[in-house]
Amino acid sequence: MGSFQSLPDDHQYRTLSQKTGFSLEQIAILHNRFKQLSQNEETLRRDDLKTIQDLESNPIRSQIIEAFFDSRNFQKDGVGSVEEIGFEEFLTVMSYFRAPPQHITEEQREEMRRAKLRFLFNMHDTDNDGTITLEEYRHVVEELLSRSGALGRETAKGIADAAMLEVASISVGPMAPDEFYEGITFEHFLKILNGVEIETRMNIRFLNMDATVLCK
Amino acid sequence: YIYVALFWMLLLLGFCCGMVFGDQNRSDPHDQRVFPVLSINYDYVQMPFEVSLWILLASLMKLGFHLLPVLSGVVPESCLLIVVGLLVGGLIRVMGKNPPVLDSQLFFLCLLPPIILDAGYFLPIRPFTENAGTILTFAVLGTLWNVFFMGAVLYGACRLEAGRLASVDLLSCLLFGSIVSAVDPVAVLAVFEEIHINELLHILVFGESLLNDAVTVVLYHLFEEFAHAGEVTVGDVFLGVVCFFVVALGGVLVGGVYGVLAAFTSRFTSHTRVIEPLFVFLYSYMAYLSAEVFHLSGIMALIACGVVMRPYVEANISHKSYTTIKYFLKMWSSVSETLIFIFLGVSTVAGPHAWNWTFVSITIVLCLLSRVLGVVGLTYIINKYRMVKLSGKDQFIVAYGGLRGAIAFSLAFLLSSDDFPMKDMFLTAIITVIFFTVFVQGMTIRPLVDLLAVKKRKQSKCSINEEIHTQFLEHLLAGIEGVCGHYGHHHWRHKLNRFNKRYIKRCLIGGERSQEPQLISFYNKMELKQALMLLESNSSANLSAGVTARSRKTLNISKEREEEIRKILRGNLQKTRQRLCSYSRHTLKPDAEDDDWSETRLRKQRVEMERRMSHFLTVPALPESPPARRARVESGEPLRSDQGSSLTAVFEL
Repeated sequence: MGSFQSLPDDHQYRTLSQKTGFSLEQIAILHNRFKQLSQNEETLRRDDLKTIQDLESNPIRSQIIEAFFDSRNFQKDGVGSVEEIGFEEFLTVMSYFRAPPQHITEEQREEMRRAKLRFLFNMHDTDNDGTITLEEYRHVVEELLSRSGALGRETAKGIADAAMLEVASISVGPMAPDEFYEGITFEHFLKILNGVEIETRMNIRFLNMDATVLCK
Repeated sequence: YIYVALFWMLLLLGFCCGMVFGDQNRSDPHDQRVFPVLSINYDYVQMPFEVSLWILLASLMKLGFHLLPVLSGVVPESCLLIVVGLLVGGLIRVMGKNPPVLDSQLFFLCLLPPIILDAGYFLPIRPFTENAGTILTFAVLGTLWNVFFMGAVLYGACRLEAGRLASVDLLSCLLFGSIVSAVDPVAVLAVFEEIHINELLHILVFGESLLNDAVTVVLYHLFEEFAHAGEVTVGDVFLGVVCFFVVALGGVLVGGVYGVLAAFTSRFTSHTRVIEPLFVFLYSYMAYLSAEVFHLSGIMALIACGVVMRPYVEANISHKSYTTIKYFLKMWSSVSETLIFIFLGVSTVAGPHAWNWTFVSITIVLCLLSRVLGVVGLTYIINKYRMVKLSGKDQFIVAYGGLRGAIAFSLAFLLSSDDFPMKDMFLTAIITVIFFTVFVQGMTIRPLVDLLAVKKRKQSKCSINEEIHTQFLEHLLAGIEGVCGHYGHHHWRHKLNRFNKRYIKRCLIGGERSQEPQLISFYNKMELKQALMLLESNSSANLSAGVTARSRKTLNISKEREEEIRKILRGNLQKTRQRLCSYSRHTLKPDAEDDDWSETRLRKQRVEMERRMSHFLTVPALPESPPARRARVESGEPLRSDQGSSLTAVFEL
């Protein structure tokens, strides 16, 4: 794996760099990783990601893998999920985890924040109807608690119920007895995560990787 | 308020009289034949009496301050305490006695450990480890820069000045630099706690003040040895560097060993709950003393001990022991801090002073200058490696928050006058620096923080949703790092947690609790009681009003219920992160009272809770017509029986 100047798709890298915001060096590193995961093929499949050992102990493993194949994350109005993705889609999904550059305007920061929260929202909203329903939320909590088998589904349900109730009280306010709360829309999602600084926390350091050393 | 002020003056006066008269020998010679019905034997109780009197004074002062909100809003408590110390010292001197000086042995062995243990035990681990690199850089490199810069410039100034300062040699200057450069944890805690600054800045300054102890200890002993020996070789310098690593790592190791011992001991204390807190305190204090025996860094040992033992001990001990530990630590550290500041004031009046305008003013200017330069320079380097860069405002607060305190004074006091003839001058300069930092910087930092609009600490209204999503985010980040093939921060934390869970917890946590998510059982019970207590007090009116009054009721999930859920969540998710909302000396989160409640009330509230929850959350599998639903609600049954049972299950845990 030589320096990136000798790679043939330099022009392609540049367009990708402009699109996603990664530097050329980072793109080269990620490309190496992509090739390693996909065993030098052009596209990546779910099974390729399932072979990563580090992911095995992660409770939300399936959701992470799904996120890579969810076309809402790499196309503007994508619907549904695909079977395989190319390097460009891989890079687009990774770009959600870029750190915000030091000097950006407030609007750009807000935009970045919305994009990251949209990614998170899509991970929960599995049926793509624009809202996170109670069932989907319960599923989220169950997955998170799945490692502690002692608790089981009952507690997860209770917690998810309480959480939904909270969202309802924050976003909708007092409700009449004949109303019921359908689900968390993206706007409500933004509201409840107002206190969490997503744009500074949802980041990975991309530069210090050496994909050749790590063989998993 | 006038009564409070009067009360204070009387108290001070009475106290000083007590101190003065106590020194005199009051035992009468017994050469009369008459049986002494009433005699005074003060010598017998003198020592404990005086100690208690001092502590009582300190506590009453504290009490007094909080009765006057006007004052405590403007002036930080540490300033007021020093002023009180000055007054007391002045009064004692007026009465003709010599006021006591802050004895270094007393300080290092009795007053400092509780504060450090309190800080270490409740250290917020997550921000600390995330910023560990930054903190270490500031602590080590920053302190080294401060020492050498100050030493060198002071030496140059002394050379230029001639006259009385001519006898100050380079080594003395460097030693002085090493004493005065270290940021003091006591002062930082005292001031920063009142300004409620955001977590990042708090942990940066505070962490630095804790970790620079290793550097200070090494440099102090090093220069003292050199001054004693008289000559320095290159080999000595090299040994000094080695010494630093030994001191720092040795301290941590000693603390870690004692921490593990404490955790292991706590595994077997289920039959002797009453002395559980004692083990925590004793092991920590032993760690401190053992480290001090070998001239290792006692502070780092204490911190390491607290950090290591906490998760395991808390899983093992009873709830009451946990509360005891928390309250005792807060109490002791509070009293210690008060005493330290009062003694600083008294010692100022007492100590021999040698005032030298040049020296003192240069010292103060240099302190500020070297700190600012150090922080700015280091931040420039650090920002290249940080994801969340430190802005100019942050740098200013870090630089401005570098307060000096009693540790500097005590270290200076320990110097021997033979090796350092300028000891008095040093002491005076240090006291002036301490006064300057505590008064000027301490008082102005709060308005400056407001002026610069520095981010304050987030009011810990941590909702369940935030908790869920934050945990989700961490798993997500760890997973993405796995996909990238990048062994980053999250990866290692993940691995550490797995190792912890699999091996360490088995050894150190007793019984079946090692298998289950540890916080759940006692938190469940505690929070449940709390939730139901509050529900009962909240909804007693509502219950009587009946169902018809529910038309426009605000959906109000009680805060305690929220707390309960949050704690369950935290206890079970893969990373059990103990996030303490407030590490303030003055407030503690209210704990549940261990009261009984009647069974009927419990059942009533359970039903009420279920009804409210199940009413507003329906899984719209079968869409119902509104009138049918309303009818069902008014009949008082839970809307869906399976939801009801699930909530019952939660309550029955």
